[in-house]
Amino acid sequence: MMEIDPFIFRLSIFILSIFIGYYVVWSVTPSLHTPLMSVTNAISSVIIVGAIIAGLAGNSNSIFDNSSIFGFLAISLAAINIFGGFLVTQRMLAMYKKKKKDK
Amino acid sequence: MISANLSAIFYLISGVLFILALRGLSSPETSRQGNLFGILGMIIAITVTFLSIGNFSSGFIFVLIFLLVGGLIGAFIAYKIPMTAMPELVAGFHSLVGLAAVFVAISAFLNPEAFNLGFPGNIKLGSLIEMSIGAAVGAITFSGSIIAFLKLQGIMSGSPITFKGQHPLNALILISIVIVIYLLCSTQSSNLFWILLAISFLIGFLLIIPIGGADMPVVISMLNSYSGWAAAGIGFTLENTALIITGALVGSSGAILSYIMCKGMNRSFFNVILGGFGGTEQTKNSASKEQKPVKSGNAEDAAFLMKNASSVIIVPGYGMAVAQAQHALREMVDTLKKNNIKVSYAIHPVAGRMPGHMNVLLAEANVPYDEVFELEEINNDFANADVAFVIGANDVTNPVAKTDPQSPIYGMPVLDVEKCKSVLFVKRSLSPGYAGIDNDLFYKENTLMLFADAKKMTEDITKNLD
Repeated sequence: MMEIDPFIFRLSIFILSIFIGYYVVWSVTPSLHTPLMSVTNAISSVIIVGAIIAGLAGNSNSIFDNSSIFGFLAISLAAINIFGGFLVTQRMLAMYKKKKKDK
Repeated sequence: MISANLSAIFYLISGVLFILALRGLSSPETSRQGNLFGILGMIIAITVTFLSIGNFSSGFIFVLIFLLVGGLIGAFIAYKIPMTAMPELVAGFHSLVGLAAVFVAISAFLNPEAFNLGFPGNIKLGSLIEMSIGAAVGAITFSGSIIAFLKLQGIMSGSPITFKGQHPLNALILISIVIVIYLLCSTQSSNLFWILLAISFLIGFLLIIPIGGADMPVVISMLNSYSGWAAAGIGFTLENTALIITGALVGSSGAILSYIMCKGMNRSFFNVILGGFGGTEQTKNSASKEQKPVKSGNAEDAAFLMKNASSVIIVPGYGMAVAQAQHALREMVDTLKKNNIKVSYAIHPVAGRMPGHMNVLLAEANVPYDEVFELEEINNDFANADVAFVIGANDVTNPVAKTDPQSPIYGMPVLDVEKCKSVLFVKRSLSPGYAGIDNDLFYKENTLMLFADAKKMTEDITKNLD
């Protein structure tokens, strides 16, 4: 039997995740659509893992070579999003309160 | 240093935590916990990356420095930003994701050995295709979001910018992107890589300029989706499960939001994307406008009507955000409630400049979320309500959408505001809304126009209620 290309496994994960995303997002209540956008923003910044690999790829003689400098810049950009995205989502979600039962 | 298999498992775990983060948003009670899952997933992903590289040399310090600098900027923005500026913030964040994707792709192209993708000039074909797609989509997300940001911020005019031959030009550029990716993969030329980035930046810019301000909810959702696909493209390049899962989640999330927004305006996605809607039709309607009589009143009249009502429905729109009237509105509602008047809020799907915009503003003003209803939930209640208080909304209340097949908004789901016994319409002037069409509601028997700034009018009404 021939070996399956690992790409196919990644593609499977990708396709199944699209379906998970489809059902999960339809169940998000419309009143939380803005936090949904800010939190998706934060999690898509997991691209920082690529940025870290790129940043650390330079050798010890030249920490900042052509490719790692782009990595470092990407780390900062992604970090703005991660901290900004999660914190602003937290801030928004903290405001959603139920009616106080005052009777 | 941990093994590649172990780190892959941890990436999978962080992917699952991200799914749970979105799942939490199905109700406000579980949402805060969901957000914590998301943060945990991110911490795991970053820690595992450090451990799998296992290189804690001098470079590591710099990674931490750049991470901290970015993190501080992000945290500062998150605490300072007013809630009314949320659409701009989200657009700005999208542009950063796009640019980060571009930078990672550049870095992988220049130094493929670091990612096990081959050697400069001889990168594995599959990886090269994936990184070109990731870079192109990232670049489009970046420049598109910048334009969206400038339009939302008001630095750039919200009216559509159109010119002759716009669509053929865009089509030509999109086709050339595909050709350049093909050539890049067959020649591995770095010049072609830079050309690819340049034309992708250009097309992102060109795609968004013809889209008008009122269509921004669709644009933001669409760019949200693009940022996801860009992340997924990079995820394939890096063979990273967390990134692939997240990219797919964010991509489909943005796509669904775009769909919901388009449906809220009864327009096809392509109709929105091709742009040019709004801002151009005023001339057609201005002629007939003068003759029709309009009843206008002041805060005292409005307070009188509301005092004698037993139920009031509030219809907020973008104008409320502009006037920052949400707190004043809540105070008015508190006074109404003291007089035993039932109050609820009706939110149209495309009210404001992004999905859920109005809900966040009302939440900020301490309005309990169980008093706020979506269009389908509340539309039947207008017939039984005494007063509808329209504050900053316009097109989403226009009965023309139900009656006039000639109207550009015909078929759009609208709030049945005119069925209320009386309608109070707060507006600065009789000017048409963003769709550029006159609102029939202004001239109805039971409509009282309140010409004033939304915030000031609401405060005045509150004074008169006491």
